[in-house]
Amino acid sequence: MSTKEWPLWEVFIRSKQGLSHKHVGSLRAADSEMAIENARDVYTRRLEGVSIWVVESKLIAASDPKDSDAFFEPAEDKIYRHPTFYDVPDGISHM
Amino acid sequence: MEKLSIDELEKRFQAKIDADIKIEPNDWMPEAYRKTLIRQISQHAHSEIVGMLPEGNWITRAPSLKRKAVLLAKVQDEAGHGLYLYSAAETLGMDREQSIDDLHSGKAKYSSIFNYPTLTWADMGSIGWLVDGAAIMNQVPLCRCSYGPYARAMVRVCKEESFHQRQGFEIISTLANGTPEQKAMAQESLNRWWWPALMMFGPSDKDSTHSEQSMKWKIKRVSNDDLRQQFVDVTVPQAEMIGLTVPDKDLKWNEERGHYDFGVINWDEFNQVVQGNGPCNFERIEARKKAKENGMWVREAALAFAEKRKNKIDIKIKEI
Repeated sequence: MSTKEWPLWEVFIRSKQGLSHKHVGSLRAADSEMAIENARDVYTRRLEGVSIWVVESKLIAASDPKDSDAFFEPAEDKIYRHPTFYDVPDGISHM
Repeated sequence: MEKLSIDELEKRFQAKIDADIKIEPNDWMPEAYRKTLIRQISQHAHSEIVGMLPEGNWITRAPSLKRKAVLLAKVQDEAGHGLYLYSAAETLGMDREQSIDDLHSGKAKYSSIFNYPTLTWADMGSIGWLVDGAAIMNQVPLCRCSYGPYARAMVRVCKEESFHQRQGFEIISTLANGTPEQKAMAQESLNRWWWPALMMFGPSDKDSTHSEQSMKWKIKRVSNDDLRQQFVDVTVPQAEMIGLTVPDKDLKWNEERGHYDFGVINWDEFNQVVQGNGPCNFERIEARKKAKENGMWVREAALAFAEKRKNKIDIKIKEI
């Protein structure tokens, strides 16, 4: 049996206006138009979305999980970036 | 980056699993974990796809337009479930077409329940009520599976299965409350599907080959026998409520255990069906093969069309 496959696409869906698109899964399709139509049928059969993005999986660049400790480490010791780092004296409000 | 030994990597991997941290596609994982998951997820995907056939059999003969629309929607969901699962398995490096060819050659398995025929309309009720009911029991714990893409696919699947089970129960209870002939049809269908539904949970724990390691890896979260007991406990009262009799003379509430005791499953039958000797094994696989072979020209044409269009766009870009 011939096994010439359609490319793999990653699917992102905006569930409602005001929210960002979120990754929901992937599918195979011959081109972007078919990927969007298939994504509608596979991922939004129950009104889960108002907008769909598809992107060919091979075009996505990703950080390497092997290096993720070192990669994200710089933010680890900078707790002063969070408001909870600071003491607010009693009696101060609206802050 | 320091180079870690396999032992150390495996230790860290198990520590993550023990801490309920999900494993994602590009994370390091033991080869056996990857293989087990590919086997389990692709089997699951094949089951969804083959599972469309017994119900597809009744779409054109549904008793009303409403029932037909509902059944179509349900079968379409099963196709969707198969696709979520194939793409989850692809994140582990599984080759989708190879996996489908393995199904067709008999190398890959699918749930044995779909090798039973759907002889009456009541079977649409029994499948939704019992088969999807059993599938939900199996799948709800999988929403907490250690592999992220599989767990996420299961969340979607479980939401949709709940519609399947209710529509099936509605069909069977409508028949059970209908004319004597309709009620007899419902009972006859329950008689045929009850035991195969119990077999869906797989071999008894003491005979299950993959269970122990899968539990440790949190690919499997509840044992076969526990799930089966849970299924019997919730389903028996439902049958009683609609006036149907579960075909098991040994079925009895056990006050002490707080569970139903039930009869011995015919594992010979189960093994026969798994090995390919069920009533519809041949027919199911033939239908899948035919679908792939007869649909291949459409797939090739779509690809050729996409290529052609892309070339046209490339030429236009060059002209600019």
